[in-house]
Amino acid sequence: MSVQINKEKCKGCTLCVKACPFDALAMEGKLAVINENCTECGVCVETCKFDAIVKIDDMQSDINKDDYRGVWVFAEQRDGKLMSVAIELLGEGRKLADELGTELCAIFLGEDVSNEAEKLIAYGAEKVYLAEDSELKSYRPGAYSKVITAAIETYKPEILLMGATHIGRDLGPCLAINSKTGLTADCTKLEIGDEERNLYQTRPAFGGNLMATILCPYSRPQMATVRPGVMKAAEYDASRTGEIINLAVDLDEYDLRAKVLEIVKSTKHAVSLSDAEVIVAGGNGLGGPEGFELLEQFAEKLGGVVGATRAAVDSGWIAHSHLVGQTGTTVRPKIYFACGISGAIQHLSGMSDSEYIVAINTNKNAPIFKVADYGLVGDLYKIIPEIMEQIDQLNN
Amino acid sequence: MKILVLAKRVLDTANTNLKMDPIRGTLIKEGVPSILNPDDANALEAALAIKDEDPETTITILTMGAPAAKYMIRECLAMGADEAYFLTDDAFGGADTYSTSATLAYAAKKIGDFDLILAGRQSIVGDTAQVGPQVAQRLGLPLVTYAQNIKIKDGKALVERQLEDGYEVIEAPLPCLITAVGELNTPRYMTAGGILAAYEKEIITWGCSEIEIDAGICGLVGSPTRVVRSFAPELKGSGEMLEGSPQAMAETLISKLHEKHVI
Repeated sequence: MSVQINKEKCKGCTLCVKACPFDALAMEGKLAVINENCTECGVCVETCKFDAIVKIDDMQSDINKDDYRGVWVFAEQRDGKLMSVAIELLGEGRKLADELGTELCAIFLGEDVSNEAEKLIAYGAEKVYLAEDSELKSYRPGAYSKVITAAIETYKPEILLMGATHIGRDLGPCLAINSKTGLTADCTKLEIGDEERNLYQTRPAFGGNLMATILCPYSRPQMATVRPGVMKAAEYDASRTGEIINLAVDLDEYDLRAKVLEIVKSTKHAVSLSDAEVIVAGGNGLGGPEGFELLEQFAEKLGGVVGATRAAVDSGWIAHSHLVGQTGTTVRPKIYFACGISGAIQHLSGMSDSEYIVAINTNKNAPIFKVADYGLVGDLYKIIPEIMEQIDQLNN
Repeated sequence: MKILVLAKRVLDTANTNLKMDPIRGTLIKEGVPSILNPDDANALEAALAIKDEDPETTITILTMGAPAAKYMIRECLAMGADEAYFLTDDAFGGADTYSTSATLAYAAKKIGDFDLILAGRQSIVGDTAQVGPQVAQRLGLPLVTYAQNIKIKDGKALVERQLEDGYEVIEAPLPCLITAVGELNTPRYMTAGGILAAYEKEIITWGCSEIEIDAGICGLVGSPTRVVRSFAPELKGSGEMLEGSPQAMAETLISKLHEKHVI
């Protein structure tokens, strides 16, 4: 891992490929790439005339990675109820734990939540590390990170998965600092990729324009957040058995400096995009807020919910909670109707995993058609009423 | 009141159609404008709004980046910030959020005490939302992320923290670190006077030695995570384009979806 090629500097001269004694370098297009034969001998570093190959000293780490075993899932709750992302993470965590031949555990914080802790076992956790305290009723970074950091120090998991929610994305960075380890945000794919039990974490970057696979090779636990809706949920099986381990909670004023005075739920009808089977989404092509009235009717007919692009939200046509895409919700419904959506990469990255995509757009060259299963070129204000008519006929 | 604003220069990936180099699998950065990261602009605006109320307030910008970030720092000064520190050093290159937060925390300590540190929730290039919380953790400050409303009163910050289904009201004592989202405010434009004044203000440039950080802690060397591969996202292949009048297309669509038991 410690010999790397600077892609900006590599000129594709192939000198390093010829010089490598281990066949560890090959050309991919005009770029040299290092493969697993690399012994870090450094011959290529000397050979390169463009300073494009560098040997990097591995990060100093005083831990013994073999002391760390087990896959942990942070079981997020709100109002004492498990969030669906926790169940999705147990689904993914099970796969990873089986591959590593290790145990799947949940870490669960709250007040009077032991009933929900039992559910975590039914969803596949072999152990539940449970911390109950009135100060842990709702999420607070100081209190939560202290309790979880202490548990990590004691029980030493090799992997910790969290939901990329407004809570997980606040908690994760604090835990990574406390445990002196790396954290990869918003992963869309997790795999065990080598003999070193390293977790290969793939995530979008540059607004979804680029995917990057990231490793945390020198420290443990390997921490990742995963967006809700991305992983398949674990199956509930009440016959599963497991152990609940109560954690000591020792909080002082320092940990509780920031206080939650009040939690205000949005009064508007909650949009649960991540759970929806049918999503009818609108973009710039709607031309105005009234377009969403049509989409509401359309969605209602199919028992679906309304989504929107960044452009539509920024124009003030619809609330931010409807946003699908890079900075909004990632969705994978059974069917996604993209109405007047051109298909910017930022939007595509949030919906292209939908089972079926139907695109309606006046511009036949719009990128959305590249991901659509069915493309309809034309005026959405003419086409959607026709589709609704057809649905009515079908239902009769 | 003394406020530190963490600001980052980013490629404008949100408003530009980026192109990939098909051979190298990397982004073509030429011609992509660079800007003050949008959430950071909201953080700066929040600081400026506090200064509007209390003119005694001083606003300090802290940026880490390549030399070209100086233009963005001038913009921050032209918007109304008072002074700026610019961290640039080859040793800072290739940093992940862990080592970036270490570098920023060292610099913040070196600059001095602050009543409030403001940062954007996340950058539009990394989208990790990790640097703000990690700086807070390293400095031992109370943390409030996703701020959509901030009020400072009696040595405390009262913050509405955005949640997916509403918000929570958090009270944190000063000093604390708050990260801003787009809904917090609308960043102001630079004024002509501000632009002139910005060139009177000094940008203090620091490297490793000035902030007394060991080169082993910053940059790629100090990063626990490593990017081992980057590639263009695979898009689902194009499907079928339906033909005919709106009515004919609708008929075909519904019968196809019905056939596949989708509806």
